[in-house]
Amino acid sequence: MNLIFICYDKEVEHSVKIKNLSVTLGGHLKVLKNINLELPISKTIGFIGPSGAGKTTLIRAIVGSLKINSGEISVFDMPAGSRVLREHVSYMTQELSVYPDLTVKENLKYFITMAGQSRKMSRDILVEVLSLVDMTSKSDSLVSDLSSGQKQRVSLAVALIGSPKLMVLDEPTVGLDPVLREKLWNLFAKLSKQGTTLIISSHSMDEAERCDDLVLVRDGELLAHSSPKELLRTTGTKTLEESFLKLVGDKE
Amino acid sequence: MNIRKTFATSKRVLSQLSHDRRTLALIFIVPPVLLSILKYVFQGEPRFFGTIAPMLLGIFPMIMMFLITSIVTLRERSSGTLDRLMTMPISKTDFIFGYAIAFCLLGFVQALISGGVMLGLLHVAVLGGTIPTMVVAVLAAFLGTSLGLFTSAFARSEFQAVQFLPAFIFPQLLVCGLFVARAEMAKPLQLFADLMPLTYSVDAMKQVTINLSWTSILTRDLIVVACFAIVALILGSATIRRQE
Repeated sequence: MNLIFICYDKEVEHSVKIKNLSVTLGGHLKVLKNINLELPISKTIGFIGPSGAGKTTLIRAIVGSLKINSGEISVFDMPAGSRVLREHVSYMTQELSVYPDLTVKENLKYFITMAGQSRKMSRDILVEVLSLVDMTSKSDSLVSDLSSGQKQRVSLAVALIGSPKLMVLDEPTVGLDPVLREKLWNLFAKLSKQGTTLIISSHSMDEAERCDDLVLVRDGELLAHSSPKELLRTTGTKTLEESFLKLVGDKE
Repeated sequence: MNIRKTFATSKRVLSQLSHDRRTLALIFIVPPVLLSILKYVFQGEPRFFGTIAPMLLGIFPMIMMFLITSIVTLRERSSGTLDRLMTMPISKTDFIFGYAIAFCLLGFVQALISGGVMLGLLHVAVLGGTIPTMVVAVLAAFLGTSLGLFTSAFARSEFQAVQFLPAFIFPQLLVCGLFVARAEMAKPLQLFADLMPLTYSVDAMKQVTINLSWTSILTRDLIVVACFAIVALILGSATIRRQE
């Protein structure tokens, strides 16, 4: 079955569907508790919550790097982690997840090959992703010699390889200066307009405002899933931070 | 398995090492230096040195590749690169064999340098010749790489990974027949030695040293070492988890 076909098929309404997902780590620590979610296509979706809320576990379950033992996750109507999905889903982990002892170019060339891109396309993709993250001038630098913001951009460049249909980015803007953060959010908006679905985790409420859709998580539980406007309306608050606090208060 | 991706992984691992000249120097220079020191340690017993030097040529690649692989793989696990790779269209075998090829190649170069010093400068006689010596050394490197890939799954830090050397390798080193012939050891230790892969790697090098031609025992030893290495690779592959 061809995923591209499925993506543009009218029957696929959701990028990700999660049913009764619970994750227990180390045999006793319940990190996610009965999560049910349906995420739209071609939108920027923010996974918002404090540190330790379970955002990364949820993300790892969606991209298939975490084995789940309870519940179901499908991505573009296929089981999460399916072989065919790997060419269409990209993942930027919270850690650096590039090789510090290689140059920017060597890193990207390696990941381009791993992404299954042909040798012929390799150079064009390299030029394209370097320019998207504004790192062309640093392509021959060792990653270990770069600033933390530049390292983040290299990691993001890897996630951009092959124009994925779903990009899952775990705290991509943490530790970046406001100018760079603005640039990246503009890039995310552009990608979303071009049809890419982006899942972006963050613990910053000011970033939540930039998302089309919000998934609020706390202590492994889903607090809310709606657009920022809808969230303000239903909670009767003026800011998303107040909405979050109200939802937490209601829960307690 | 995808050959292009496997070789890309080997190339990447070797490129990483090429940026780390100190590690390369340690891999290639330390073994011949240690062999040279040993020659003068056993100055009064040149025959003993002639016996253990080739055996060490089978031990060095295993120990060094074990250490390097376990630390490098641990870094892959903790830095997020392995997580990222496992969400890409690659198979675990592309990754694991990529590592195995890169470190076997390093083991080969290490054996070339150490073997060259041992045969040329230290005048140790190996009756079996250069090619069987290299085959044994490369298989030892393969074994070290596979065991390193496997054991790295149980280490939470680089400090722990280094501690696996005395835990997993030193006991094998003590009973493999390097210091005392296995037949002279206590029976339980002989049985333990029979179950350990390093015993066969050292035994293979002994066979190459004392026999002019390729023996059936050498073939058996090499098959046992290869089997151990392949089983460790499969177990190492099982420790890399993802939804299928």
